[in-house]
Amino acid sequence: MHLFNELTNYQQPSEEGYYGQYGGAYIPEMLYSNVETLKHQYLQIMEDPAFKAEVAALLKDYVGRPTPLFYAERLSAEIGAKIYLKREDLCHTGAHKINNTIGQIILAQRLGKKKIIAETGAGQHGVATATVCALKGMECVVYMGEKDIERQAPNVARMKMLGAKVVPAVSGSKTLKDATNEAIRAWINEPDTTHYIIGSVVGPHPYPDMVARFQSVISAEMRTQLEAVTGSALPTHVVACVGGGSNAAGAFYHYLNEPTVELVAVEAAGHGVHSGMSAATTQLGSAGILHGSKSIVMQTKDGQVVEPHSISAGLDYPGIGPLHAFLYESKRGTFMSATDEDALKWAFHLSEIEGIIPALETAHAFAVLPEMNLKPTDIVIVCLSGRGDKDLATYMQAMDMKA
Amino acid sequence: MSRLTELFEQKNTRVLNVYCTAGYPQLNSTLEVMESLQKNGADIIELGMPYSDPLADGEVIQSSSLVALNNGMTIDTLFEQLATMRTTIHIPVVLMGYMNPILQYGFEDFCKKAKSVGVDGLILPDLPLYEFEQVYGATIKLNDLDFIFLVTPETPETRLRKLDSLSSGFLYAVSSSATTGTDKDFSKVAVYLKRLKSMQLKNPFLVGFGIKDKASFDAVNAFANGAIIGSAYIQALSKGKDVETTTKTFLQGVLSN
Repeated sequence: MHLFNELTNYQQPSEEGYYGQYGGAYIPEMLYSNVETLKHQYLQIMEDPAFKAEVAALLKDYVGRPTPLFYAERLSAEIGAKIYLKREDLCHTGAHKINNTIGQIILAQRLGKKKIIAETGAGQHGVATATVCALKGMECVVYMGEKDIERQAPNVARMKMLGAKVVPAVSGSKTLKDATNEAIRAWINEPDTTHYIIGSVVGPHPYPDMVARFQSVISAEMRTQLEAVTGSALPTHVVACVGGGSNAAGAFYHYLNEPTVELVAVEAAGHGVHSGMSAATTQLGSAGILHGSKSIVMQTKDGQVVEPHSISAGLDYPGIGPLHAFLYESKRGTFMSATDEDALKWAFHLSEIEGIIPALETAHAFAVLPEMNLKPTDIVIVCLSGRGDKDLATYMQAMDMKA
Repeated sequence: MSRLTELFEQKNTRVLNVYCTAGYPQLNSTLEVMESLQKNGADIIELGMPYSDPLADGEVIQSSSLVALNNGMTIDTLFEQLATMRTTIHIPVVLMGYMNPILQYGFEDFCKKAKSVGVDGLILPDLPLYEFEQVYGATIKLNDLDFIFLVTPETPETRLRKLDSLSSGFLYAVSSSATTGTDKDFSKVAVYLKRLKSMQLKNPFLVGFGIKDKASFDAVNAFANGAIIGSAYIQALSKGKDVETTTKTFLQGVLSN
């Protein structure tokens, strides 16, 4: 198949945005000019030294980067390997999502855009977008599934406080998938002065590559920080949760071409991979097209996209970024999954043994550590993608049930 | 000669293409709706294959798609329903849909089957030019199906000419960059349509998105070869009591002098 580029460098999709057979831009003509402009300009803008300096300054002074790489002593003793936590939960707004929104808002300014739209699942990307829009004085509209608006009330309040308009997506499963549909439709209907900030490594080319590049600051810092403490930039494993896969893409990015580093992506199994209530896309999905790119998609045999389930709104997505689909298919990545129950258990456990309350999404990444057959000499970095404040209602409910 | 080419040879103005969703309002309404459209003056039928995530469509067509999916419509069922359509339907029939369900069905099988039941052409809004040229276009042409690309006011001229050259049957001129079922300011649209007309394209062009009644149909026909009505008809069907009465009243309204 002539479309499929031979990827020797996992960081670089083909000119048309393909990672192996996954990627591309399956978009209606109405989006062509917007996406084409982005495709032609994103690399040029991102490589511009002045742009880089502006992003770097904001990441340092506004977001609080670099985020620490923390050696989790008690967790390491328990698991029997050296475990480091990349503290993205300490970013301004509480998750890694802002790495991407800082980059995209400045890019949007360079493109002369006046208004920003975004989709959000857990609300972290919505908050991160609303935040940078407030910072730069841009109008902001965030599409969010009606069901997610209910289960992530604090983030909805934060977005509103930051001046964003939150529009409920009422179609389909009323979660992230539908919020993304609504945001894409809104983009079609908006004049070309609107920029769509996608929050994950999904969507038509160049979004997956662009978002991965903005998030790659995570692994760039990991390399320097790990080298400072261990003498080598290379861990044996990097572990991250995957919904669409933005924190995983960022945590994996500078290790993609390091074959000795095992990249572990953890999907949400919901009630169990084969329970019918799951979001473990690589286990349950097949090649398909969703939100403008070809990837692995959870769907019926008739090609209708199915409604996934995860306790965490951020992982409740029936697809996965094309880079991850390629990592899965090429076996460069190791794909595991954790259930709602495991994630909840680990959210409490991490709080108790390390004093860190993680986001529900993030808790999935920890849940697979005991199953990884780690050795004492292994050096594992877990991407602690977000903090758990937004999930307190779920955590309180869980405590009530335990009490 | 394809049915679409033949149609435009006989009639190059006020051609009316009406969209309906397969399996809507009832699973077995598909043929009844098509027959009623033919009987009441539609020149082309654009039959929508329902999809769970129809990105280019507005609320009205989305909800009709959801109803059709809940009714149990699939591509297999649709082809069963269409197996005998050419005993009663003589006007061109174009299938409109999204790539994912077709890929799961098998793209080549889909084209073969569509041709064998008498479908004339395809409109696949999320099959872009690049993929058409690299992979899918050859299969479509091999099965002798017309393929209709969409163009918008923002489509650059060189690209527009290319889309025109790769299209056959007609070209789908989206009135402005929008999803289906949104209202339009037709004074702005007129400038764009005038430009399209002056380009002397290979294909006739029909205007879609925002065409909902006699006024909007007449407005675009000053420049275009005709128009496509979708959401407004679906809305009428959703409110009307029976298919024939609703279709008759609706099309009489659009086509009246």
